[in-house]
Amino acid sequence: MSTEWIGVVVMYGLTVLLAIPLGKYLANVFKGEPNAFDFMAPLERLIYRLGGINPHRDMNWKENLVALLTINAVWLVYAFVLLLNQGSLPLNPDGNPSQTPDLAFNTAISFLVNCDLQHYSGESGATYLTQLGVMMFLMFVSAATGIAAAVLLFRSFMPQSVETVGNFYVLFTKAITRLLLPGSLVVALILAFNGTPASFDGKDTIVTLQGDTVNVSRGPAAGFIAIKHLGTNGGGYFGANSAHPLENPNYLTNMVEMIAQVLIPIAMIFAMGFYINRRKFAWVVYSVMTIGMLGLLIPTISSELGGNPAIARMGISQLTGAMEGKDVRFGALASGYWSIVTTIISTGSVNSMHDSSMALSGAMQLLGMMVNAFYGGVGAGLLNFYYFLIIAVFVSGLMVGRTPELFGRKVEAREIKIASIVALMSALLVKGGTALGAWIFMKYGAAEWAVQPSAWLNNPGFHGFSEILYEFTSANANNGSGFEGLGDNNFFWNYSTGIVLLLGRFLPIIGPVAIAGLLAKKKYVPESSGTLPVDTATFGLMIFAVIFIITALSFFPALALGPLAEYFSLR
Amino acid sequence: MAQPKQSSLFQRELVGKAIRESFIKLNPAVLIKNPVMFTVEIGTLIMVLVTAYIALSGDTSQGTLGYNLVITLILLITVLFANFAEAIAEARGKAQAESLRKTRQETPAKVIRAVGNKQVNEVQTIPSSQLVRGDVFVCETGDIIPSDGEIIEGLATIDESAITGESAPVIREAGGDKSSVTGGTKVLSDRIKVQVTTQPGESFLDKMIALVEGASRQKTPNEIALTILLAGFTLIFIIVCVALKPFADYANTPITIAALISLFVCLIPTTIGGLLSAIGIAGMDRALRANVIAKSGRAVETAGDIDTLLLDKTGTITIGNRKATHFYPAPGVSKTDMIRSSALSSLADETPEGKSIVELAGTDVTRNLSTTGATLIKFTAETRSSGIDLPDRSNGLVRIRKGATDSIRTMVKRAGHAFPEETEEQAKKIAANGGTPLVVSQNDSVMGVIELQDIIKPGIAERFDRLRKMGVKTVMVTGDNPLTAKFIAEKAGVDDYIAEAKPEDKMNYIRNEQTGGKLVAMMGDGTNDAPALAQADVGVAMNSGTQAAKEAGNMVDLDNDPTKLIEVVEIGKQLLITRGTLTTFSIANDVAKYFAIVPALFTVSIPALQSLNIMRLHSAESAILSAVIFNAIIIPMLIPLALRGVEYKPIGASALLRRNLFIYGFGGLVAPFIGIKALDLVVGLFV
Repeated sequence: MSTEWIGVVVMYGLTVLLAIPLGKYLANVFKGEPNAFDFMAPLERLIYRLGGINPHRDMNWKENLVALLTINAVWLVYAFVLLLNQGSLPLNPDGNPSQTPDLAFNTAISFLVNCDLQHYSGESGATYLTQLGVMMFLMFVSAATGIAAAVLLFRSFMPQSVETVGNFYVLFTKAITRLLLPGSLVVALILAFNGTPASFDGKDTIVTLQGDTVNVSRGPAAGFIAIKHLGTNGGGYFGANSAHPLENPNYLTNMVEMIAQVLIPIAMIFAMGFYINRRKFAWVVYSVMTIGMLGLLIPTISSELGGNPAIARMGISQLTGAMEGKDVRFGALASGYWSIVTTIISTGSVNSMHDSSMALSGAMQLLGMMVNAFYGGVGAGLLNFYYFLIIAVFVSGLMVGRTPELFGRKVEAREIKIASIVALMSALLVKGGTALGAWIFMKYGAAEWAVQPSAWLNNPGFHGFSEILYEFTSANANNGSGFEGLGDNNFFWNYSTGIVLLLGRFLPIIGPVAIAGLLAKKKYVPESSGTLPVDTATFGLMIFAVIFIITALSFFPALALGPLAEYFSLR
Repeated sequence: MAQPKQSSLFQRELVGKAIRESFIKLNPAVLIKNPVMFTVEIGTLIMVLVTAYIALSGDTSQGTLGYNLVITLILLITVLFANFAEAIAEARGKAQAESLRKTRQETPAKVIRAVGNKQVNEVQTIPSSQLVRGDVFVCETGDIIPSDGEIIEGLATIDESAITGESAPVIREAGGDKSSVTGGTKVLSDRIKVQVTTQPGESFLDKMIALVEGASRQKTPNEIALTILLAGFTLIFIIVCVALKPFADYANTPITIAALISLFVCLIPTTIGGLLSAIGIAGMDRALRANVIAKSGRAVETAGDIDTLLLDKTGTITIGNRKATHFYPAPGVSKTDMIRSSALSSLADETPEGKSIVELAGTDVTRNLSTTGATLIKFTAETRSSGIDLPDRSNGLVRIRKGATDSIRTMVKRAGHAFPEETEEQAKKIAANGGTPLVVSQNDSVMGVIELQDIIKPGIAERFDRLRKMGVKTVMVTGDNPLTAKFIAEKAGVDDYIAEAKPEDKMNYIRNEQTGGKLVAMMGDGTNDAPALAQADVGVAMNSGTQAAKEAGNMVDLDNDPTKLIEVVEIGKQLLITRGTLTTFSIANDVAKYFAIVPALFTVSIPALQSLNIMRLHSAESAILSAVIFNAIIIPMLIPLALRGVEYKPIGASALLRRNLFIYGFGGLVAPFIGIKALDLVVGLFV
C-alpha cells in the first residue's frame, strides 16, 4: 500500500477509534450523568443565571423549537449589523470595508446555519472583529444548535411515553462548554504549532525569490480553523480555505482537520446508541452511512487517480492522478477523500478546487450534499437521517403487515406528512433554485445587474450547469463548499442562496424535532415477535434504499444534465 | 386461508359493470380523492389540448399528431385502468354481500300472519331472512329460534350452549328480564311466541355494502398516511418535471410537452395510486368471503396489529362441551351400581354432559332403566347439583344427585354420612388432569365420581403456534377452576389463561393489556360480553350472539366460528402488506423509467447521454411510448394481486421484510427493464 493510501486509511481509522469513546462521553454529558468535564458546571450555572434559564425544566417540542428559533433570530440580527458596519469598527488593521447589505445578509445567514457559503474572501471581506465576533462566534453556536436539536430526538427512541423532549438551552450550553470549546482548543494548539497564524497583527510583507513584494494576510486564525472543522462549519479564514498554506500548512494539519470534521458526526451516532441504550441500532445507522460514503468515495478516488482523459489524449502521463486544482502537499487521493467527506458531512471546507474535480467526482460530491445524511453535519446529519428513517419505517412496517412502529411508537399520518414536507422542500429548494438560476442565465443574460447574469459562469455547457446546481445544492445542504468558478457575490446569488440556506437549515430541524415530539408523547408498545426490529441489516438495507430512491430519483435529471453529461462527453 | 367461495376474479357481468363504472369515475370531483390519479387526469387533459392544437394548427414542433394522440390515449387508459381496479373490487364486494344476504341463515320461521279479509291468524313457514321487525313467530320443541326477539307468550327451556358455552339449559319466559331469546339457539321444550326485535344481521350487511361501495367508505389511518406519502412523491416529481424545462433550456434542448408529461406520469407512483382503493375494498371483501362482516375498514386493518387475542375455551379451544370419560366408584360401591345411578340421574338430563354420561354408561345399562314417575331436580346456582327423585318399590324414594365435589360433600355431611377420602382424592386428581369431577350420591351417600374431560380441538395447537410466530399472544378465557384451566392451556399451547372468569375479569384483562400499549382482540357473544367487546380494539361478535354483543363489537362472524379471529388477523396483515409491497414496487419501477426517458429527452442535443440508454431502446419516441405503455398495463396486471392480497407468511418480521423487499423491491427494479425493452421491440416496429 502506498503512503497515500496509508494516510487515508489512518485518517479514517483514527476517526472511528476516537468517535466511539467520544460518543459514550457525549451520551453521559447529555443525560446529565457525571463526566470528566463536570468542572465546567460553575460556568454553565453562570450562563443559566445570566440567561434566566431554569436548567431543570424539561420542555416539550414546541417550546424547544421556539427557544431554538428565537435565539437564532437574535444572532442573525446581531451578525447582520456587525458585518454591515465592520469597516468603521475596531480590530481592522488591514482597513477592510464594510459588507454590502446583500453580502452581509448572505454571510450572516450562512454562518448562522452552519453553512459558510462565503461569497467574500476572508483577507479582504472581513475584519478581525467580525472574523472572531461574527464568524467564529456563529460557528460555535450553530454547531451547538445542531447538536442540541439532534439530542432532542433521542427521547422518541426511549421506552417511556413523555410529553417533554429535553431542554434546548441546557443541551446547547453543554455542547459548547463540554465539547466544542475543549475540542477546539486542542485542534487550535496543534494548528498554531504547525504554522497557522494566531495573532492580531495586520498583513505581513515578504519578498519572494523572484523579488516581488507580497502582502500576506494574517490574523487570529488557528482557533477559527479549529471550530470550522470541529463544528462542520467549513468557512475558511482565508479565501482559499484549507487549500491556503497558512490555513492547512502540512499533511499533519490536513489529517487533524480531516479527523476533526468527521469526528463529531460519527460520535453523535454512537452517542445516540449509548443514550438510548441501543448500540446495535447505532451500528446499523453507522453502517448505512458508511456504505453510503464508500459508494460515493470509491468512484471519486478511482476517477481522481485515473487522471483526466482529455489530458491523457494529449499524450501527457498523469502518474499522480488528476492534479489540476490540487495541492501537491496532499495529492489526488487525500484531496479526493477530503472532497467527499466535506460534502457528505456539511463542512464544505476544501483543500482542493472542486471546480477542477473530475466530472464523476463532481457528481459524487453533489450526491453527497443531496443526501446530506451520510454522517452529515454535527447534529444535522442525524436530523436529516431521521426523516428518512421515518419513511423507511413506514413503508417497511406496511410490508410486514403491521401499523408501522419506530421503537414501539406508531408512525401515523401526521409524522408522514411532516417527513414528506421536509423531503419535498429539499427537492424544491435545490431544483427550484437551479431552475431559476438557469432560467435567468438563459433568458436575462444581458440584464443590467451589477454582474450580468451572462458573466456568472466561468465555464460554458454542462460544467456551467453543474456550477449553478452545486451552489444551490450546497446552500440547501448547509454545506458551504462551492464549485467556485461562479460569480456569486451579487444580489441574485446572495439573496437567493440566503433564503435557501435559511429554509434548508431550519425545516430539517423543525420537521424531525416535531416528529420526535409527537412520537415521544405516543403510547409505547413493547416489541413483540410481530414488530419489525430496526436494528438489523435488513432494515439497514431498507433505509439505504429509501435514501437512494428519494435522492437519486429526484435529482437524477439534474445530475444527468450536469456532471453525468460532462462525464460521458469526456470519455 | 380458507376461501371456500373462491370464484374467478373477473366474472363477466362484474367486468361489464366495472368498465362502465371506470368511465363514470373519470369525474374529477370523484377522482380528486386519489391525488396521484387526479394529476394523471390533469396531464391527460393537457395532452388533449396539445393534440387538438396540433390537429388544428398543423404545427409539429411538439411532435406529430399521431404520436401525441397515442400518448394522450395511453394516459387516458392509465386513468381508466386505475378506475377499473377500484370498480371491479367494488363490484365483487357488492356481489358477495348480496349473495350473503340471500343465502345466509335460512332458518325456517313459523311466523303468525293475519290472513284474509277476516284477519285470521295463521302460521306460515318463511325463511328467517324475510322476517321483519315486529313479526311474531312460534317456536316449539326442537326448533332453532330464527331471530333475536322477545317472548310475548309462554315459557321454554332453551339450549344456549351454542352461544354462551353454558351447558345447562336456561328458562326463558314472557315478562320480566328473562324474556329475550337469541337467534340460533334451540328450544328444548315447550312452546313460545316471540316478537322480532331486530332485522337479523341485515343492518350490518347494509353497512358493509355501503362500505364496499365507497360512498361511505372512509380511508383507514394507514391508508391516509400512505396517501400523504404518495402525494409527497407526486409533488416531488412535479418539481422534477417543472424544473426540467429550464434545465433543458439551458442545455438548448427543446422538450415536448408530451415527453414532459410522460416522464411525470411514469415517475409518480401510479401503480400503487391506481390500486390503493382497490386493495382496501378487496380487504373488506376477503373478510366478507370468510363470512365476517366488518363494520369499518379500520377494524380489518387494526386486526393485523393485534398483540393479544382473547379466546373462550369452549368451542374454540375445546370441542363444544365436556364429555364423560370415566366412572370411579367410591369404596364399597360396585361399579355397576355406580354406573347405574349415574345413568339414572342423567337419563332425563338434556345437557350435553348429561347425555355424554348416558352415552358412556352404554346401552346395556340404560336399556333396562326407566324414569317413569320420577321427579327431575334441575341444576340451580345454589345447590350446584342436579338429579332425580325416583319412586322405589321397596323403600319409597331414591334420591340421586350429581354435582360439584363441595356441594355434594356438604349435602352428604349434613345427612350425617362420611365423604370418602378416596373419592376426594380422585376428584382432585381429575381436576389436576384438566378434567371436571362430578360426584354422584344416592340417598345422601357417595356412589363415586364421574370424570368429565374437555376434548381439545385437533390442530388448534398449530394455529396458536402460527399466531405466536405472528407476534400474537393468545389468552384462554374459561369458567373452569385454575387447575383445569392451566392443564388445558398447556395442552392447547395458549400463552395465558383467565380461570374462573367473570365478565369483568375479561374486561380488566383487556384494560391491563391496553394500558401496556397492546392491541387486544376478543370474540364474544353474550350480553355479558358487550362491554368487553366494546373495550377491545377488535371485537368480533358471533352472529348467534345477543344484539347487544353485536352492537358492541366491530365485526360480526356469520359462521359463529371462534377460530375466525385468526383469519381476521391474517386478512388485516395482508391488507397492509399488499399496500406496502405495491408501494415499494411502484417506486422501484422509477429507476428503469428514468433510464428509458431521460436519455430519450436529451439524445438529440447531448449525444453523450446515449450512454445512459442502457436498454438500447430503439428511438426517443419509442422509448417514451414504451415507458408509458408499461406504466399503464402494469396496473391491470397487478389487479389480481391487489384483489387477492399478497400472501402473509408468519416467518418473523425481519425475514418477511427481506422476502418482500427482494420480491417487490428488487423485482420492481428489474421487471420494468425487461418490460420496457420488450415493449420497445414491438413499438420500435411502428415508429
